[in-house]
Amino acid sequence: MAVINSQQQTIKTGSRNNSLKDPIIRIQNVSFRRDDKVILDDVSLEIPRGGIVAIMGPSGVGKTTILRLISGQLAPSSGSIEVNGNVVSAMSRRQLYECRKDIGVLLQNGALFTDLTVFENIATPLREHTRLPEDDIRERVLAKLESVGLLGTEELMPDSLSGGMARRVALARAVILNPKIVLFDEPMTGLDPIAMSTVGQLIRATNDELGLTSVIVTHNVAQMKKLVDYCYIFAAAKLIAEGTPEDLMHSEDPAVDQFMNGRVEGPISFRYHNDDNSKTPKPARP
Amino acid sequence: MFLFRMLSSIRLERGLLVSTLQQTYLIGARSLVIIMICGFFVGMVLSLQSINALQQFGASDQVSLLVGKSLFRELGPVLTALLFAGRAGTSVAAEIGLMKATSQIDAMQLMAIDPVQRIALPRFLAGLISLPLLTAMFNAFAILGAVMFSIGVMGLDPGIFWSKLQTGIYFGKDFMGGVWKSVVFGGLVSLIAVYFGYYAKPTGEGVGTATTRTVVMSSVLVLIFDFIMTSFLI
Repeated sequence: MAVINSQQQTIKTGSRNNSLKDPIIRIQNVSFRRDDKVILDDVSLEIPRGGIVAIMGPSGVGKTTILRLISGQLAPSSGSIEVNGNVVSAMSRRQLYECRKDIGVLLQNGALFTDLTVFENIATPLREHTRLPEDDIRERVLAKLESVGLLGTEELMPDSLSGGMARRVALARAVILNPKIVLFDEPMTGLDPIAMSTVGQLIRATNDELGLTSVIVTHNVAQMKKLVDYCYIFAAAKLIAEGTPEDLMHSEDPAVDQFMNGRVEGPISFRYHNDDNSKTPKPARP
Repeated sequence: MFLFRMLSSIRLERGLLVSTLQQTYLIGARSLVIIMICGFFVGMVLSLQSINALQQFGASDQVSLLVGKSLFRELGPVLTALLFAGRAGTSVAAEIGLMKATSQIDAMQLMAIDPVQRIALPRFLAGLISLPLLTAMFNAFAILGAVMFSIGVMGLDPGIFWSKLQTGIYFGKDFMGGVWKSVVFGGLVSLIAVYFGYYAKPTGEGVGTATTRTVVMSSVLVLIFDFIMTSFLI
């Protein structure tokens, strides 16, 4: 859990590449608690249409929670979340399912269906949500597999894929319905440098080709610099900075500087803090 | 609530029919071997115990009646349900629990696919279909075991054995009573298995707990429901 001693004000640096006039995702005064722990505290941000946005911060700060709130898997304790004009936080299950047809999600481990082949995994959203004939489904799936460089793997089972291959199949599945928004939960975690670059390039190419809005949760600063257009940094349950990667790299804020440059010393502590420090056990005396 | 949610998601679709048939094979057909083996030996031990007891009263020719009534009314549906819970129930709970642990359930929800309809419902329906059929196989092999022991080993007259069985077992009271029980037990065990699997914690320990709870809860509830149903059926 992060502890910040610097100012809690959000630092905005640089200018956005995209207009804020028509945000596709709007998070307004959202707080989220789990048991007694505050995960997000009065967070507000807007993600514009198009481009790739990163949500960054130390481990455990609530980055994945933000994705789950956007996709409606979690409901905020207070505040509202609007996705593509719909208030996700107030939807019924049926409405949520309808809204999710426009959102693709790439989970951290890919989450491929282990009882289906690569082909069937990618075809699943088409079979569930369209009435396309089988030939069209086959054509689309193979085209997507080719775009992620995995044509020829359609009959393989997920357990015979490497981590990078599974991630690419999951990406193909996430965008097969040409959604408006794609959420990526730490897409580079556990990948070797080559696979990391491959997945990064694919995310960029897919985003630009299909005109998507991509939201990436990551703490990989190096990849973020190469890939994203805009970035939000979270710490201590709050949004502490936003800006282009270039500007954030040169930020003079101590917390942002510590995170972006991977410094051990700084206002962000690596020690776990709960809300009531009296409950924190003290080490036994020798 | 979970049962209501499952039943309200039933749609007459080809996908559901195909999934249910697939699960019926995986859950039901693959349980056949254990059901047949256990049925056979239950029949043998039942006839052994029955002959041993009835001989004291000079009534060992009644063994087929005693074995038949015990099997069709009680032992068939109950033992089949307990074996089904141990073999198929744990398999279903573990499978769904692992799907949860590997985020496959989350992935389905995020793809706007209802996991209750896609995963839980076919398995529930498969259990409902499979258990009465498995009970019939259990009873058949138990009778076979009883025949082999009573006639083949103990030398009972086959004509007396079969005629007692045929005239003493009533379709309504004995046979159909067992069928209703097996339908109820099939729904019960399957519901428990999909429920605990679906709500398992997404960890290794969570999956283990789900499978254990499935067996324990299924076993207890099968016996409780057996008593309740028997009190109405007699």
